[in-house]
Amino acid sequence: MEMIISAAAANPSVLNASTLESLIRRVVPDAQGISGLRRLSGGASQETWAFDADLDAGKLALILRRAPGGEYRNEAASGLDIEAAVIAQLERLGVAVPRVRYVLLPDDGLGYGFVTEHVEGETIPRKILRDTAFDAIRPRLAFEFGRVLASIHRAPLEAMPPLRLLPARETLVMLRAIHLKDVTPRPVLELAFRWLADHLPAASVLPQLVHGDFRNGNLIVGADRIRAVLDWELVHLGDPMEDLGWLCLMPWRFGAVDAPVGGLGQREDLFAGYEAGGGAVDAQRVRWWEVLGSLRWAIACADMVSVFRSGADRTVERAMVARRASENEIDLLRLLQLGD
Amino acid sequence: MQDAPTPVELLSVVADFLSNEVLPLLHGATAFQLRVAINALSLVQRETSLAQVQAPLEHARLRALLGHDGSLQELTAALAQGIADGRLDVASPDLAEHLWQTTCDKLEVDQPKYAGYVRALQLHAAARRRATDAASS
Repeated sequence: MEMIISAAAANPSVLNASTLESLIRRVVPDAQGISGLRRLSGGASQETWAFDADLDAGKLALILRRAPGGEYRNEAASGLDIEAAVIAQLERLGVAVPRVRYVLLPDDGLGYGFVTEHVEGETIPRKILRDTAFDAIRPRLAFEFGRVLASIHRAPLEAMPPLRLLPARETLVMLRAIHLKDVTPRPVLELAFRWLADHLPAASVLPQLVHGDFRNGNLIVGADRIRAVLDWELVHLGDPMEDLGWLCLMPWRFGAVDAPVGGLGQREDLFAGYEAGGGAVDAQRVRWWEVLGSLRWAIACADMVSVFRSGADRTVERAMVARRASENEIDLLRLLQLGD
Repeated sequence: MQDAPTPVELLSVVADFLSNEVLPLLHGATAFQLRVAINALSLVQRETSLAQVQAPLEHARLRALLGHDGSLQELTAALAQGIADGRLDVASPDLAEHLWQTTCDKLEVDQPKYAGYVRALQLHAAARRRATDAASS
């Protein structure tokens, strides 16, 4: 689980602009150079950069997603080459994703990653929740999230690159392994582990393509429609209900606690959109994944204690993220003891 | 016995100084980091004030639940282990009440304004009212 930290933006690692420029001249037709290179705030293990390719006529806005290598890595991450291949395949299927223009090779000297076209629109959840520009689409967004998810989940797997298979049981085992490193006894997390083991979905669930981090914040929303699904770092094969459950977690409601679907709508809206897109909803399994999602987020926060104490990241921010494990503990108790 | 001002008073005056005098001079990532740092000082203030009240009650609940003594850390570890290996009945109202109270105590220190906490408190109060109504009717 990758924690979104702005500290990364404060300490940009070195990106050789002239190396990037010569690459873009080679791979983008008519590109004379690049301009406006800037680091966007983002994840701790991956960097996102925005820049323009200067063409003979006008500019082409581009995004570079890359890992310089040798950094703290997400245990569930698929790898940037896999991410690029999935996005390119989904574009062919008509799913709203950014167009992949180039996948980095080792000889390019820029690490691992890929270049996509920039997609116009808004990603910042609080703006999507409150700005008048989104007044018209906002009531439809929970339904649209469902439709987009259904389009991802029905993607044929034969055309996809090799992906990790992480159904319910394996995901629980993976979380347990991460949690074993936690030195703090956490009775609420043990309660969640036990509930999840006691209510494990049937092993017969057919694996499908799962985004793994589908939520308000990882979507580019326009005034008219959802323009693109971003951040495919956690893409894998598994139970499609995972994406529906994750989308309903408390942290993605951004204060709009009564609207479980990203602070935008009700589960019924999401489910209706999913079914309109050809998907089949199992509400009990969605709930199982919602509990698992809260547990996963709690463990990710708790894991920051060791990152902080090891000296790998001695920022105040990292230390304070560790103290947010309790937010997920109260979310778990709400789900397990009080319904929602 | 140490002299005044108390640790809470000192933390409070440092947090005020940083908020009122230093923060306006900063911008961007450094200003963000300072806000997080001020939040950390406030957290320590809350923990310093509340731990004296919370810890003895939590300790007493754990002794009653587990039927033996030990440090707060040892008893919490025993509780976690008992839940994990199935020795404790997770349907027990006393266990549920302990987990609820202990988690609320953490939130009162870590993030008392967390929207999910406010929501959980509302649902918990509503469930209490329903239980009381059912018992009295």
